[in-house]
Amino acid sequence: MYKILKKRFLNENTYEMVIDAPRVSKNCMPGQFIILKLDDKGERIPLTIADFDREKGTITIVVQKVGASTTKLSYLNEGDYVEDFAGPIGLASELTNESIEDLKKKKILFVGGGVGIAPIYPQAKWLHENGVDCDVIVGARSKDILIYEDEIRKVCKNLYIATDDGSYGKKGLVTDVIQDLYNEGKKYDVCISIGPLVMMKFVCRLTKTLNLKTIVSMNPIMVDGTGMCGCCRVNVGDEVKFACVDGPEFDGHLIDFDNVIARSKIYQTEEGRAMLKLQEGDTHHGGCGNCGGDK
Amino acid sequence: MEKVKVPEQSPEERAKNFKEVCLGYSEEDAKKEACRCLNCKVPNCRKGCPVSINIPGFIAEIKEGNYEKAYQIISEDSNLPAVCGRVCPQETQCEGKCIKGMMGDAISIGKLERFVADYAREHNLNVDTEIKKNGIKIAVVGSGPAGLTCAGDLAKMGYDVTIFEALHKAGGVLTYGIPEFRLPKDTVVNNEVEKIKKLGVKFEYNVIVGKTITIDQLIKDEGFRAIFIGSGAGNPKFMGIPGENLNNVFSANEFLTRVNLMKASSDEYDTPVSIGKKVAVVGGGNVAMDAARTSLRLGAETTIIYRRSLEELPARKEEVHHAEEEGVKFELLTNPIKINSDENGNVTSITCVKMELGEPDESGRRSPIEVKGSEFDLDVDMVIMSLGTSQIDVIAKNTPGLETNKWKCIIVDDVTGQTSRKEIFAGGDVTSGASTVILAMEAGKKAAKGIDEYIKTSNN
Repeated sequence: MYKILKKRFLNENTYEMVIDAPRVSKNCMPGQFIILKLDDKGERIPLTIADFDREKGTITIVVQKVGASTTKLSYLNEGDYVEDFAGPIGLASELTNESIEDLKKKKILFVGGGVGIAPIYPQAKWLHENGVDCDVIVGARSKDILIYEDEIRKVCKNLYIATDDGSYGKKGLVTDVIQDLYNEGKKYDVCISIGPLVMMKFVCRLTKTLNLKTIVSMNPIMVDGTGMCGCCRVNVGDEVKFACVDGPEFDGHLIDFDNVIARSKIYQTEEGRAMLKLQEGDTHHGGCGNCGGDK
Repeated sequence: MEKVKVPEQSPEERAKNFKEVCLGYSEEDAKKEACRCLNCKVPNCRKGCPVSINIPGFIAEIKEGNYEKAYQIISEDSNLPAVCGRVCPQETQCEGKCIKGMMGDAISIGKLERFVADYAREHNLNVDTEIKKNGIKIAVVGSGPAGLTCAGDLAKMGYDVTIFEALHKAGGVLTYGIPEFRLPKDTVVNNEVEKIKKLGVKFEYNVIVGKTITIDQLIKDEGFRAIFIGSGAGNPKFMGIPGENLNNVFSANEFLTRVNLMKASSDEYDTPVSIGKKVAVVGGGNVAMDAARTSLRLGAETTIIYRRSLEELPARKEEVHHAEEEGVKFELLTNPIKINSDENGNVTSITCVKMELGEPDESGRRSPIEVKGSEFDLDVDMVIMSLGTSQIDVIAKNTPGLETNKWKCIIVDDVTGQTSRKEIFAGGDVTSGASTVILAMEAGKKAAKGIDEYIKTSNN
């Protein structure tokens, strides 16, 4: 059992939890993820690590309510426990393998969107702690759902914000900001992009024309997360890679995003039904197309 | 004289449920079957058993109705008799060597072993083993058949054993891989795990050795004197044909893990599993049979596609026979070349070619050759790839000095299980590639002895 030490909502649908997991925090690195299972009957949910504290033995996760399991998890409070918490899983961010001297010579750009802004934080923080600068672009639909702004501002050199509705920062998409920066004459050596699949797809499309190497972090559907099931396979160039052992970070210019997007929808129907069941509980009486209650 | 038939659920009935196919012998039938045993002076059966169970010995006790004694005899050599009685390929091991089999039916050793183990469980029989604890810490990586066996043997010798398991549940392939209808989880697997716990073995779940903690950290930071790695096989293989990443193409591992470990087919559990109306399972091993029979039980019309003929099917005869009885179809001498989909990326059919058998290849099996112009489409909406596994080298990569071969399997001494690092031992699929439960158990036993010898000699 793993205790929830802290919990706060970052916006209506996104929450942060600090979990007591000393074994996981001992060896974890930015870029890696964990698998969490709520209870005996829960599913194994992969979540990218948003922060860690080796001394306190904690891991921070940021979760968006997207289905029944992540909604159920949001009902838990400080002092409650989750049954399983395994990790760190996957490879550390490629940046952490480079020498600090080399990194200092590089111009590094992070592009985050939605809940994907959170896993950018440990990477930028790690660079900051090692005296390496980076710029960060974050995007959200509107100001009130933008997360981790304060945290990221502390660890980057320049923070650029874009919102779809123009309620904060530039009105537009993260790709518009990248284009603006390049128009102003800025150039980067590497871009790390984490966010919704469609966002990463378009970031990669743009950075390819800008000749900017781009790394993306994949969070496909997983079961065991240890390389055993192959559910998380993604096409990377000519190869099939498993996000759980070969990733989660890959060269964004080689990813077949359309396939990843199609695969992310495999359980949409089941997810929808589970959500309906959770929301309606005993009051459910048909309409899901599954239970026969509407016949 | 023919063997005493063991009752089974009828094919029609069992194709719709996950209850165990084989119902096991009654006391009377077990005694009758035991009486067929000749109690040979030189028991070949025992030589055929990877863990050398005293087979004539326990069968003689069944004859007399001394089931507790029979259980004690089996327990001397096996920690998991209820498992072995069910999933061992007895026809090529103990029963394959039985003298009775030369001119009729071999003794049903597996079914008798199962009877004894089930009797012991139902009657709460325990083998009292006096354990003198020595306080020496040994870590076992993985709680599958190799790890459980090694841990059990070491605990009996007095060692302070901790098993580190990556998943949230113990049992390894016994839990996530082999389906309920062949190996019941609650009664059989959990009970065997509980027995290992009673010997004093500690279990720590959610620890992915190589990631959560390295082997060297276990040794240096946590004081483990020796390590046994029984982490299993690994990544499922795919064919590399177009369309393999389409929606509703699964590895057998994924499909079986969802159903067996995550209980996805039960409404009470949160993990989902897709199931098609028409499912193709590609491959001919035991795992393919398990996947096909599971798919059938979830309501799909299921076809096994295998590139050689019935004779070369690597699965156990009993499994193939059960699958056929239940209504699994076989497309033999057939090989998939492409998986097709609709505009949303969902599988609609699989394109195959017919094969014919040519000259024997290096493995001695006749190699299949494509018949030109024989392409045809099989309408399916789900495909399960069951083509074996390739090694994951997470542990080896993160353990300096641990040598692996070209297949990334850990290299060990055949007798002791010792690796290129003297304090590290390994066994099971992680050293051999995908194999059987009993061979993993044998490796676990050998390594337990090897570890004991290593500790004793390094103490001096």
